[in-house]
Amino acid sequence: MEEKPKIKLAVYWGAACGGCCVSVLDVHESLFTVVEHADIIFWPIALDFKYKDVEAMPDGHIDVTLFNGAVRNSENEHMARLLRKKTKVLVAYGSCAHMGGIPGLANFTNKEGIFNRAYISSESTLNADKVFPQQHFVVPEGTLELPEFYNDVRTLDQVVNVDYYLPGCPPQTERLVEVFMAIVTGATLPPVGSVVGALDKSQCDECKRKKTDNKLVKEFKRPWQIIDDGETCFLEQGVICMGPATRGGCGVRCIEGNAPCRGCYGPPADVSDPGAKMMSAIATMIDSNDPGEIEKIIETIEDPAGTFYRFSLPGSMLRRKQL
Amino acid sequence: MKQYTIDPITRLEGHGKVEIFCTDDGDVENVYFQVPELRGFEKFLEGRPVEEASQIVTKICGVCPGCHHMAAGKATDAVFGVRPTPTAVKLRELFYMAHFVHSHIAHFYALAAPDFVVGPTAPAAERNVLGVIAKVGIEIGTEVLKQRRIAQEIQALLGGHQTHVVMNTPGGVRKGLTEEQRKDILEKAKGFVEFAKFSLKIFNDVVLANKTYVDIILNGPYNLKIYSMGLVDENNKVNFYDGKVRVVDPEGKEHCKYAPEDYLNWVEERVESYSYLKYPYLKQIGWKGFVEGKDSGVYHATPLSRLNAADGMATPLAQEHYEIMYKTLGGKPVHATLAMHWARLVELLYAAERAVELARDKEITSPDIQAKLPNLPKEGVGIVEAQRGTLTHHYWTDERGIITKANIIVGTTNNNAAISMSLKKAAQGLIKKGVTVDEGILNMVEMAFRAYDPCFSCATHSLPGNMPLEVIFRDSKGNITRQVKRK
Repeated sequence: MEEKPKIKLAVYWGAACGGCCVSVLDVHESLFTVVEHADIIFWPIALDFKYKDVEAMPDGHIDVTLFNGAVRNSENEHMARLLRKKTKVLVAYGSCAHMGGIPGLANFTNKEGIFNRAYISSESTLNADKVFPQQHFVVPEGTLELPEFYNDVRTLDQVVNVDYYLPGCPPQTERLVEVFMAIVTGATLPPVGSVVGALDKSQCDECKRKKTDNKLVKEFKRPWQIIDDGETCFLEQGVICMGPATRGGCGVRCIEGNAPCRGCYGPPADVSDPGAKMMSAIATMIDSNDPGEIEKIIETIEDPAGTFYRFSLPGSMLRRKQL
Repeated sequence: MKQYTIDPITRLEGHGKVEIFCTDDGDVENVYFQVPELRGFEKFLEGRPVEEASQIVTKICGVCPGCHHMAAGKATDAVFGVRPTPTAVKLRELFYMAHFVHSHIAHFYALAAPDFVVGPTAPAAERNVLGVIAKVGIEIGTEVLKQRRIAQEIQALLGGHQTHVVMNTPGGVRKGLTEEQRKDILEKAKGFVEFAKFSLKIFNDVVLANKTYVDIILNGPYNLKIYSMGLVDENNKVNFYDGKVRVVDPEGKEHCKYAPEDYLNWVEERVESYSYLKYPYLKQIGWKGFVEGKDSGVYHATPLSRLNAADGMATPLAQEHYEIMYKTLGGKPVHATLAMHWARLVELLYAAERAVELARDKEITSPDIQAKLPNLPKEGVGIVEAQRGTLTHHYWTDERGIITKANIIVGTTNNNAAISMSLKKAAQGLIKKGVTVDEGILNMVEMAFRAYDPCFSCATHSLPGNMPLEVIFRDSKGNITRQVKRK
């Protein structure tokens, strides 16, 4: 067999949890297939290469970078710009890079709110002098630097141009392997800007739970207020499930675990905003024509914004809560 | 003044940076460990329904999401004032043992082993898990990947999601276990016990049989005499899922033993201007600065501190190895930072044995997985041992169960002061007048950090550029089916 040159791969995290890196790790024994096709040349969680090694690379040196995590601070932004310069194909990998993810819930508050809670009002914290972390702090030996903590969480494509989006929290490993193999075997890639490694249609298309045409409800319920039969569509049981506003491709994994979907794969191909889609889905479920009663039914949905935009606030039409 | 910057520190989960300041002569003046990020979970949990917390907080860490899920699940139980059914507790604990198995395997083989098996000052490009596999052989490497995969599969089955588990509800779990699944897990758990024993043997053969390494562990600059924290059961044995938090002083004497809801009496945190991560310390002792000893409130919460804080292990084989460890290292408590790696393997064996016990228990397949919720939600604390330290979640809600406040003390955060001190001590011991500070020396400084932090780094993602390695795949008859060559 003719030996093809290996691709150079980098994996980096911004404001992330490491779960995306775990999803790469979960190729398990297929590791050796990956090794056949790629050299990983930067991956802080696993490899002893440092920032200076990336800075020393010529522009476009890296074939593919999987960038996971949102842009929360100046270090995330600096690395996003640096890796964009050094990379031919930049992939926003996972919900946080794609739409802001769970760290994006911080856009319901702001830097001041977060700092006050963490460093001042926290019940376990003693901080009478109101010390906050500083970007530049002078110690007897010199100056210590910290990245700037931004007021807003941003998605990767709000900072640099992104070639592809691979959604999920984290992306399903099988989808990653499919995309990876397509790249290394030289398959024709979809147009730049596409979502890859996911379906075009919604979760509901994949979901095995029983659905009837009757989704009408007089009240929305919290998951612990019903006895889930494990078989019936959550929405038909009155429980908010983000399935209709969420792209398929994960294997309906949470629903298989009897937990309603929370939307980590982002909106389906024909939907631009998950919250707007969910509002319209819910509007069709309300079993009333009386404006007063409709309002009451809607009020039974707890934390609609935090639920409909659980993974997508920074990348949504809203982007943040105005404070 | 010379300055060395290690940025980022690698083979760990998360971001970190070390600044080493030296005099013109080359001696270390001071060392600062900085954590450059903050995400603010405590703040943005406010306004969320409390039952969603256990799924939101898994995103604090994708390496130990199960720990946050369990601490949050227990805090949520407490918010509702409900005790989960016995079957639900057993299912949670079984999941949790698989979580420990996966994490401890990954940490030992991918994170710790490169420094010992390949060598602390080996070239950076080889100092990773593929380097380990090249030394110990592909068969062992494949077995490592396999056992970790099995642990992940058990978690996916019980947890509903391979990484960001969704199993907990207030007072229960979402999904039961069938008899067939129970039997399957039992067989797999027995495999974990064998693998844990094997791992302890490797540690014995590679590390303990090497005088240089034993000398580094016992007499190197990796030693910190501070308090030890860990969760214990009613017999003061190590427990990961439930119990009271026990703290012993540097001599091994009990300082306190507190129930989760009392944590605010015993632990307090301070803020430094140069790091986004806070510094917890023992409240009754107080913060006396980055100093060791009984009069300083600095403690650690690690596999080693858990063993130090307990009177033993609750399963027989783990107890045997617990005794061997303390006998070899000169009695309790042990303050050798690198002994954390050994303690982690003793814990791996305990998690495996405990998984067998739970999978043998027929009650675990009962359909009774959800307790009734009799009370209005209010306030609750949940504590578990995460792989990297005691993990505390505390939520306050309104009467509808919407979170009004949240306070979290995360595993690694406990160790922030201790890690800073260990790094400084290692740097002072290694970087001196006349010593050429190369990448190998700086890696040995990083070793002080790595011992604390069980990063998941597993074989599968250590794929450096230039390491010579040949992997040969054979079928059951010994025929070569595939060959992978790296030059």
